[in-house]
Amino acid sequence: MGVSAGYLGSLMVLEKMALVGDALSHVALPGLALGILFNFNPFIGAFAFLFASAVIVWHLGRVTKLPFETIVGAVFTFALAIGVLIIPEAELLEALFGDITNVTILETAAAVAISVAAALLTKIIYKKLVLSMISEDLAISKGINVSRINLLYLLLVSIIVAVGIKIVGTLLVGFLVVVPGAAAKNVSSDLSKYALLSASFGAASACAGILLSSYLNLATGPMVVLSGIVVFVATVLAKSRAR
Amino acid sequence: MESIDDYVLQVSNLSVKLQNQTILENVNFKLKKGTVLAVVGPNGAGKTILFKALLGLVPYTGKIVWTPKARIGYVPQDIAVDDIPISVKDFLSFENHVDVEASLTPVKLENKNVATKTLGILSGGQLRRVLIAWALADKPNVLLFDEPTTGVDHDSEEPIFITLNELKQKHMITVLLITHDVHIVREYSDYLLALNKCVTFFGESKEIMNPEVQKIVYGETVCAGTPDENR
Repeated sequence: MGVSAGYLGSLMVLEKMALVGDALSHVALPGLALGILFNFNPFIGAFAFLFASAVIVWHLGRVTKLPFETIVGAVFTFALAIGVLIIPEAELLEALFGDITNVTILETAAAVAISVAAALLTKIIYKKLVLSMISEDLAISKGINVSRINLLYLLLVSIIVAVGIKIVGTLLVGFLVVVPGAAAKNVSSDLSKYALLSASFGAASACAGILLSSYLNLATGPMVVLSGIVVFVATVLAKSRAR
Repeated sequence: MESIDDYVLQVSNLSVKLQNQTILENVNFKLKKGTVLAVVGPNGAGKTILFKALLGLVPYTGKIVWTPKARIGYVPQDIAVDDIPISVKDFLSFENHVDVEASLTPVKLENKNVATKTLGILSGGQLRRVLIAWALADKPNVLLFDEPTTGVDHDSEEPIFITLNELKQKHMITVLLITHDVHIVREYSDYLLALNKCVTFFGESKEIMNPEVQKIVYGETVCAGTPDENR
C-alpha cells in the first residue's frame, strides 16, 4: 500500500495537487460513519464516498474551470465536518488515526491485491498524465483523452486512500500520497528514478512506521508520518549538499 | 496549372468563438505543399487559436480540409517543464522505441550530452529544438510551429532558422509558423497570413517589405475582401 500510494502520489506532486491528496482522505469519514452506523463494511462506505467525490471534483473542474484545490476546499472540508458529526464517538479515533491491529488477514490480502492493481493501472497512464501536465495541447494532439485519464487517476487515488484509511486513518493517509513524492522530487532528475523513489519512500515510511508503532505501542498513523518526515528531511539535506 | 493536390490545407469561412467572444472570423486561405506560411498579427489576433482550430483542439465553424496524407507535427509556444523531473531522453521516449540520439540529429543537438539533461534546465533555444525533435519523431509532413524564437536569445536563433530551412528544403515539410519576427518572415517563409481576428492580408512574404502591406499588418486593421471597411 505504501508502494502504491507513493507511486500514485508522485503524479499528484507533479500536478501540484498535494492538497487534493490530503483533503481527499477526509471525504471517507462520512462513508466510514455510515458503514459503522448501518452495520456494513466501512471500507465500502469510505470508497463509495471517495469515488463520488472524485467524480464531483473532476466534473466541477471541467465545468467551472476552477482549480482542483479550490473545489477541494469546498467539498472535502464539508465532508469532514459531516463525518465528525455522525460517526460514533467510540470509533472516531480509529477512523481519524487508523489501527493496524484491527486489520484482518483477508483485509490485508485485499489491500495488497488492490494496491498492485492500482499501481499497474497507473503505470499504463503515467506517461500520458505527465505529457498532459507538460502541455495539454500536445497530449490532445497525440490523441490522449486528457479528461478521461484525469478521472481514472482520481479514481485510483480514491481507491488507494480507501485502502490506507484502515491502517493510517483519514487524517493522515493523505501523507502517504503526498510526502514520498515530495521527497523523491528533491533527489530526482529523471522520471523513472522519481517514480521509483517515490514508491520506495512510500514503502519505507509505511514499514518503518508500522514497526515503530508496534515496538513503541503508539498509534500507527502518526508513526508512519514521522518516519516519512525523516525520509523527507534527509532528501532536503541531500539536495542542499548537492548544490 | 495548379490542382487541388498541390494544396496540403484549405481553410474556408473559419470562425472561432470562445466564451461568447469572437476570436476568429471568416478566415480563408490555402496552403501549398512544401511551402512555409508565416502567420503574423498583434497580440490577441487569434494566431494561436488558428493553430488550435487546425489541430481540432478548439471548436470552430467553417471548413478545415487537410490532405488525406497529412501527418501533422506541433511545436507549441509554451510548455510547463520547470517543476517536472523529466529528462530530454524521457521526453523523446514518450513514443516507445525512439532512437534518442537519432531524433536529436535533425536539430543539431546530438553528441552534446543533452539527452540526460532535465528539460527545465535547458536554454530557450535548446528547449525549442528538443520540441522540434519531438514533433519530428512521428515523421510529419506538416509542422505547426508557434513562435519559434520566443524566449530564445539572439545567438540561439540561428540553429533554429537553419533547422527550419532544412525542414523545408531537405525534408520537404510544409511549415506553418507564428512569428512576430520580420526577419523570419522575409528570409524563411514563402507566404504571409496576417490576422487580426480576420484575415487582413494573404500573399507572398516578400510583400512584407511593402510599406502599404506593413501598414495593414502592423497598423490599421482592414479585413481582406473589404478593403474600404475598418473593423
